[in-house]
Amino acid sequence: MRITGGKVYDPAHGVNGVVKDIFIKDGRVIDSPVEGRTIDARGMIIFPGGVDVHTHVAGGAINFARAMTPEDHRRTTAFIRSQTTRAGIGGMAPTTFATGYLYAGMGWTTVNEAAVAPLSAKHTHEELRDVPIVDKSCCVLLANNEILLDLLQDGECEQAQHLVAWYVWAAKAYGVKAVNPGGVAAWKWGKDTGQMTEPVVGYSKLTPAKIVSGLAQIIDELRLPHPMHLHCNNLGAPGNLATTLETMRSLEGHRAHMAHLQYHAYGGDDWNSMRSEAPALAEYFNTHPNFTADAGAVLFGDTVTITADGPWQHLLYKLTGRKWGNIDVENETGCGIVPYTYRPNNLVNAVQWAVGLELLLLIDDPWRIYLTTDHPNGACFWRYPEIIKLLMCSDFRKECLSQLSTKALKRIHLAEIDREYTLYEIATIMSAGPARALGLPQKGQLGTGADADLVIYNEDDDVQQMFGHPRYVIKGGEIVIDEGEIRATPPGRGLLVKPSYDETIETFLRPKFEDYYTLSFDNYPVEMERVEQPIFNNCIESP
Amino acid sequence: MNIITLRLKEQPAVPLEVEVLSPDVLKNLSHAEICAGSIQLGKRQRRIDDFFEVEGERSDQLEIHGDISRLKWVGRSMTGGRITIHGNVGMHLGAYMQGGSIEVHGNAGDWVGAEMSNGLIHIHGNAGGQIGAGYRGSMKGMQDGAIIVDGSAGLEIGMRMKKGTIVVGGPAKDFAGLDMKGGNIVLLAGAEIRTGAWMMRGTIISLTPIPLLPTFHFSCSYSPVFLRLYANFLSKLGISIPVDPKAGHYHLYSGDTSVPGKGEILIWRPLETGQIPRTTGCTKVDS
Repeated sequence: MRITGGKVYDPAHGVNGVVKDIFIKDGRVIDSPVEGRTIDARGMIIFPGGVDVHTHVAGGAINFARAMTPEDHRRTTAFIRSQTTRAGIGGMAPTTFATGYLYAGMGWTTVNEAAVAPLSAKHTHEELRDVPIVDKSCCVLLANNEILLDLLQDGECEQAQHLVAWYVWAAKAYGVKAVNPGGVAAWKWGKDTGQMTEPVVGYSKLTPAKIVSGLAQIIDELRLPHPMHLHCNNLGAPGNLATTLETMRSLEGHRAHMAHLQYHAYGGDDWNSMRSEAPALAEYFNTHPNFTADAGAVLFGDTVTITADGPWQHLLYKLTGRKWGNIDVENETGCGIVPYTYRPNNLVNAVQWAVGLELLLLIDDPWRIYLTTDHPNGACFWRYPEIIKLLMCSDFRKECLSQLSTKALKRIHLAEIDREYTLYEIATIMSAGPARALGLPQKGQLGTGADADLVIYNEDDDVQQMFGHPRYVIKGGEIVIDEGEIRATPPGRGLLVKPSYDETIETFLRPKFEDYYTLSFDNYPVEMERVEQPIFNNCIESP
Repeated sequence: MNIITLRLKEQPAVPLEVEVLSPDVLKNLSHAEICAGSIQLGKRQRRIDDFFEVEGERSDQLEIHGDISRLKWVGRSMTGGRITIHGNVGMHLGAYMQGGSIEVHGNAGDWVGAEMSNGLIHIHGNAGGQIGAGYRGSMKGMQDGAIIVDGSAGLEIGMRMKKGTIVVGGPAKDFAGLDMKGGNIVLLAGAEIRTGAWMMRGTIISLTPIPLLPTFHFSCSYSPVFLRLYANFLSKLGISIPVDPKAGHYHLYSGDTSVPGKGEILIWRPLETGQIPRTTGCTKVDS
C-alpha cells in the first residue's frame, strides 16, 4: 500500500507537516515504493496511530463499573452486530468490542490498561482478547501487595526484585503500577496513609516513601521498558501538591511515569479553599527529566470513576452519596467504583478541569506529558478530540472559562495561559511521546520498520471534528476505518515483556499462596494461550 | 372529533414492544402509514395492521380496544395528546412520558409512568409495581406529573421519585416510596410493609393505618395547612382526602432515619367519639 500526498507529522523523526509518501508492506512501514492500493491523501494529515498510556478498559474494576451503571447503557449508543462488528454499547464504560471500535474509530491503535490486580489478570486478558483492532499492554498492581511489602520492610531487596519480576510474568503484564503505595494496604484496616514518611498501618517501619523508591529501584534494576507507573498518595485531596512533590523528590535518580498528574496538583486546605497548583508542579516537573506524566484531564459531564485506590473511592462515595462499589482483592490491592458527574458550577470540578489543561500547557516538553483522561475517571476516552480542541484553540478555552464562577476563576491559572498546541505537538502527546514512555520503539512513529499504525485526517479548521472523525485509520497495514465505517476488525496484539528472575522465588511463594491466597499457586499465573498474538518487547539496555 | 382507533385482532404469541403506539409518532401519519407502522415481534419486523384493525388517521387522540396486556411501552416518551385504552395494558405504559394523558379502562402492568417528567396517567383497574419509579440504576424516578390508580398497586411504587403525585385507591404492596427523593404518594387504602424505606424527602399520605419501619419516628399530630391546598389540587383529579380538623388529624412520622432522610409519612386518624377537635397547628403528643 502507498499513501501519497499527505502532510505527515512524525515527531519521532522530526517530520513536521512535510508532504511525503508512505509505503506499507506486511504491516510495516518501508522506505521503497510498493505495489498495491494507493491512497490519495492530498489535503489530508497523517499521524502515527494514537497511543493511550493510561486507560482502564479491561478487568474486574471496569467490568464492575459496567454492571453498576445500567442507567448509562439505556441512553448510550449501541453497536449493532454486523458482518464486521460484534454487538456492544459505548457510554461511560464501553463493552469490550465497542472499546476497540471506539478507540480505532478515533485513530488510536495502542492502549495500555493501567491497573491489573494479578488475581484478576486472567479476567483482564480474557477481556483484552475481546478488544479488537488495538494493540494492548497492561500494568500489574504491586505497591500494596502484602507479600512484597513484607519483603520491602525487611530490606530483602533482591528477593523483592525476583518477586516483582515473577508477578509481571505471572500476570503477563508489561509494566508495574503503583497505586496509593501503602494506602490501599492500610484501607484493609479501614485507614489510609497520611504522610509519606509515616509507617503504613500494619507495618512497623515501612513508609509510602520507602515503597515508592524501593519499587522504582527494582523496576530500574529489572530494566523494564516502561518505568514505574505511579498513582501517588493523596489523590484528589486539596493540598496534595506537597505529597506529590515529596514523592517526586524521593524518586530522584529513578525513572517514573506519573499517572493522571491532574489529580495530584491541588493546593488549599479543604474543599472550599481548593485551588490549582499546576504552575508549581509544572515548574518542578520541567526541571526533572527523569519523569514522564499523563494528564488525566477532566471534562465536564457524566462518568464513572474506577481505581484501585479503595480509600479514596470511599471518601468520594461519602462526598457524593452516589453508588459505591468496593472490591477487596485479597492481599494484593483494593478497588472502588463510584459514578460521578463533573459540573462546571462546582468549584472543585472547575479546578480539576482547569488543572488538567494547565499541566498540559505549562509542561514545556510535549515528549513528557501525554494526552489522557485516565479513562473513565476524568472523562471517557472518546472525548479526547474535545481536549485537543481545548489545547489548540485558546479562544475556545476562553469561551469555556466563561461558564465557570468568578470564585473558581480566582483558583485557577488557565485564563493567563495563551499557549496553543501545534499539530506537531498534538502528534507528540497523543502518539510519539506515550509510545516512547512505554518503551515501544515500533509504535508512535512512521519511520522504516515501524508498525504501520497510522491515522489520516481530512484537514479541517475545526480540530474537534477533524480528530473525532478520521478519514482513514490503518492498523498493521490494514484499513480498519474508512470514512467513519468500520471496514475490518483484526484482533489486536498483546504486548509483553519477560523480565528475568531466579526460579527459586517459587519455593518462597508456594507456601505463601497456601497460607494467604484463595487461588492455588499452580492455577495463578496467566497461561500464554490467553494472550492474543503476543509480541515480546526486550528489556532496555540501561534505565 | 378525529380519533385513531386500533382494535386488537390477534393476540401476539410473545410480548410486543410498541413504542410506536404514541400520539407523537402517529399524529401526522395517514391511515396507510399507520397500518404500515413497524412493530418488533421477537426479531421479526411486523406491521401495526398485522395485529390491529386501524381506523382514522392524523390525530393525537388514540383509542385502543382489546386486551393488550402483552404490549409494552405504549405511549413511551409521549409529549402530548391522549391515549385511551379499553382493556388491560402491559408493562412500561407511559414510561418517560413528557406530557399528554393516558386513561386505561382495565388493569396495567409494572413500571407505569416510570421516569415520566409530566402528564397524567389514570388506571381505572389495578396496576403492577414500580409505578412512577426510576429504572434500575437511575438516580431518579418520575420528576413531575400524576399517576392515579383506582385499584391496587404492586411493589416499590414511586421508587426514587423526585416530584409529582401518585395516588393509589386500593392497597399497595411493600416498599411504597422506596428511596423516595421528593413528591407525594397518596395511599387511600394503605400499604403493606416497609413503606418509605430509605426515603430522603417527599411525603407519603395514608388514609388508613399502616405498619411503619422502626426507623420512622413519631413527630406530632396535626392538620397540615399545605394539605388543604394539596386537597384542592387532588380534587381536580377526582380524588378526595380528609382535611377537616373537626373530622380528625394526621399523625406525622419522619424518616427514614437509617439513611438519614427527611421524608414524612402522614397517617390520617379520624376523631373518636367524644374526642375534642383541635384547630390547625402542630401539637406534640406522646407516641
